[in-house]
Amino acid sequence: MNGKRGFGGGGGGRGKAGGQGGQQGKDGQRRPMFRRRKVCKFCSDKIDDINYKDTKLLMPFVPERAKILPRRISGTCAMHQRKLRTAIMRARQLALIPYTAE
Amino acid sequence: MTRKYELVYVVSPDATDAQVADLHTQVEQIAQRLGGKIDKTDNWGRRKLAYEIGPHKEGTYVLETIDGGGELMKEIDRRLKVSDLIIRHLIVRIDEDQTKIERTRTKRTDASRRRRVARGLPPDRQPGEGQRSDMEEDERFDMTEVER
Repeated sequence: MNGKRGFGGGGGGRGKAGGQGGQQGKDGQRRPMFRRRKVCKFCSDKIDDINYKDTKLLMPFVPERAKILPRRISGTCAMHQRKLRTAIMRARQLALIPYTAE
Repeated sequence: MTRKYELVYVVSPDATDAQVADLHTQVEQIAQRLGGKIDKTDNWGRRKLAYEIGPHKEGTYVLETIDGGGELMKEIDRRLKVSDLIIRHLIVRIDEDQTKIERTRTKRTDASRRRRVARGLPPDRQPGEGQRSDMEEDERFDMTEVER
């Protein structure tokens, strides 16, 4: 039921209350969903430098499976997602961040 | 024109401190020979690798900031590839990124100062001003679905 738009659940254990947003009430009636508007973390926090050495900054963007979190979920803007990607890939080369989770 | 590079190499955990220091001097010598110089060295010490590289689970990370040309970095790259003790290395050019970051930063502070002056405030933020500075968790980033 929640599969198609499982934002909270799949988002790398960061979603505060994953399953809470049930789309259907008990009476089977659809209620309108309100989702908080996502903002780019790097724009709002004014982080200019997305550096591959800064594992603490990058780790939230590579949840469990160690895949890069897509923009659609994290809300990162295009420019910063590009920078984030290069940073993550560099960090992976140096074994600072895993390629996959075993 | 001199460029700035960043070199990170991961030394095998079996290597002694002397061997790590020796690698550093080797890099330094190559740099000096080819008209560059080492700006900064930072030894991060022994860290756990995110994944196993061959038999290794740990490695000693060393970061060097180098001023020099492309030829120099090519030579260093070649030497590091050959070396047995080094299990990974990465060379990144940083001068362009640094200037870019610098530019956006100055642009932003200038813009905020201009706005503050236009509002009749002192150009810099006073201590104790602003509401968001002591906020610990980022509320906008928790991806919670809100149902009304």
